Amino acid sequence: MSSDYDYSDEEYDDDEEMLDAEDGEPSTASDEEMDIETDDIKVISKGKKKLYEVEYDPLTQAEVEDLMRGDVENISAIFGVDATAAALLLRHMDWNKDRLIDKYMDNSAAVAAAAGVSPASKASSPGPERPRRSTRSASKTHRKVDPAPQPFVCPICFDDTQVETSELSCGHAFCTGCWNAYVTGKIREEGEHRISCMGEGCGVLAPDNFVLKVLDGDTETAGRYQELLVRNFVASSRNLKFCPYPSCTHAVSCHVASRSSLATVVPTVSCGADPKHKFCFGCPIEGDHRPVLCSVAKMWLQKCRDDSETANWIKTNTKECSKCQSTIEKNGGCNHMTCKKCKWEFCWVCMGPWQEHGTAWYSCNRYDDKTGVSARDAQSASRASLERYLHYYNRWANHEQSAKLSVELYVKTEKKMEEMQLSTALTWIEVQFMKKAVDEVEKCRTTLKWTYAMAYYLEKSNQKELFEDNQRDLEKAVEDLSELLESPIEAETIPTLRQKVTDKTVYVQKRNEIMLEDTAQGYEEGRWKWNTPVEGYD
Amino acid sequence: MAAVYMRRLGKELREIETEAPPAGLRLLKADDFDTWIFQIEVLGDSLYRGERFALKFRFDNTYPFSAPAVQFVVDSQMRAPVHPHVYTNGHICASILGEDWSPTLSVISVCITIQSMLASCKKKELPEGNDTYVRTAPDNPKKTHFVYDDDTV
Repeated sequence: MSSDYDYSDEEYDDDEEMLDAEDGEPSTASDEEMDIETDDIKVISKGKKKLYEVEYDPLTQAEVEDLMRGDVENISAIFGVDATAAALLLRHMDWNKDRLIDKYMDNSAAVAAAAGVSPASKASSPGPERPRRSTRSASKTHRKVDPAPQPFVCPICFDDTQVETSELSCGHAFCTGCWNAYVTGKIREEGEHRISCMGEGCGVLAPDNFVLKVLDGDTETAGRYQELLVRNFVASSRNLKFCPYPSCTHAVSCHVASRSSLATVVPTVSCGADPKHKFCFGCPIEGDHRPVLCSVAKMWLQKCRDDSETANWIKTNTKECSKCQSTIEKNGGCNHMTCKKCKWEFCWVCMGPWQEHGTAWYSCNRYDDKTGVSARDAQSASRASLERYLHYYNRWANHEQSAKLSVELYVKTEKKMEEMQLSTALTWIEVQFMKKAVDEVEKCRTTLKWTYAMAYYLEKSNQKELFEDNQRDLEKAVEDLSELLESPIEAETIPTLRQKVTDKTVYVQKRNEIMLEDTAQGYEEGRWKWNTPVEGYD
Repeated sequence: MAAVYMRRLGKELREIETEAPPAGLRLLKADDFDTWIFQIEVLGDSLYRGERFALKFRFDNTYPFSAPAVQFVVDSQMRAPVHPHVYTNGHICASILGEDWSPTLSVISVCITIQSMLASCKKKELPEGNDTYVRTAPDNPKKTHFVYDDDTV
């Protein structure tokens, strides 16, 4: 292909790594018998939009296929080519219609060849040793009416009893049985939707109708092929993303999650298949990480992966020399420590200088001694950053752990709901307040979890204090509600419990709203200042 | 599929046995349709003058729709050629054995390609990262995803 056809991808590939879904942990979501109602997300996307929400459309696989078909029909009409050719052209240009139209208008033959719609050029592309008959007849261009003087021998299977042959626009004919085996292998073994002609070095691609024809009613493989096409379409479209939950085939269309907007919004979306299928449109995190920005969340997760175990270990197993601050692990022996580096002698227990200990080698009773206290103060100052990190990390991990246990909580709550029905006159509908409360607790714990990641990176300021006030209020409310949910059920107190839980649920919901709304507003106003450089945020 | 694989290899074998294979190639072993071994040498002027190698083909019933697994034999007697596209465990990085495979290629055409890959070599050197690759490589070279970045050799 000539150089004028080279194009650069630079403006389109910048988001690739962000959008690439990671193979993450499988979801722990279990939704057995829980599908009753409370799909707040649906309500939200239809009704008034909150500040911390983004607009998006949940799509089923059929709807994604419709979008894809729409693009194909559009291009087909503009170029006056059939739909299968239009599909190949679009796939070649990664479904970027504008660029395709641009390039195609410029040099349609070159684009068609590069996309595998037509052979590279009429003169070249000799193909492999073609079957003798077809080579000869192809050059005469009358191959269809040419009476067969000798039987066709497929150059792949060498079977001369095969009568049915197929070929793409390049004219390389092979028996239909070989085509079927080849296409099936490509789709099923290699998971490939780009199926090139079997001829050696031939770049012509099989259009969809050809693929379906040679599959000859093999609906399973045809279905897989369609799936591969949809996958390619979604992967190429920056405003589409598949739901990352295992075996979920829904997708989401979202237009606001451009790279620059990720500095001010957290595009949490839900695919609509299940209320638990919430994920971030802007990054590979499989869940709701509001209120913290994608780049900050990523930084935090990376830090946790890198540091948490190490930091915990350092904290529990080491101390610093009270003179030179070298980190020391005591792996045996008495409390009389001599720092390898500065030769300072000190007591491991009180951290004070050893010379004041006299002969009390095996036990230190001088904990309150002045020199010991000041040595420990110095120690704690040098550990401040570690302590600070662990403060946030432990709270973050705690909420994460609680969220993981939510499955059990749901089971327990279900039992309680049954108990309530037995011991009172309440109906199944009337005891739903319990489940609603658990839903809310789980949701708020997710928010709380990420507020700790956010607080870790927020610069100390009045704004941060207000943020932490909101965080504290939410946390308090959530813990209160959790406690109510755990409290034992007695028949006579059920009406009060119901009232309390219902009230508290509403309150918790409100606190969560305030937390999210305020952070979202803060992003918009540029109110949040980070204590470390944040990607895409100035 | 299985039928095609047997018929196709049977036909290739018959051709090799009746019409002598191209110069520099000799069939050492083809007792079954699983593994064939060729002796390969580069004739004429080349860096590999006088050297003999053994090229091993492994087939399964996806042949010829998917490429055979091809590698040089490395054992107590045989060594792989020193070549920028051949690892010391015998694995070969050649696009026709991977994404550029076409079902119209054959065992002999693969041999010829490998022969000419050796013949055109300008400098005997090991591939970059040979040690790392050899340490971690799967037994079957087809399991490796090579990146074909050099069209010159």
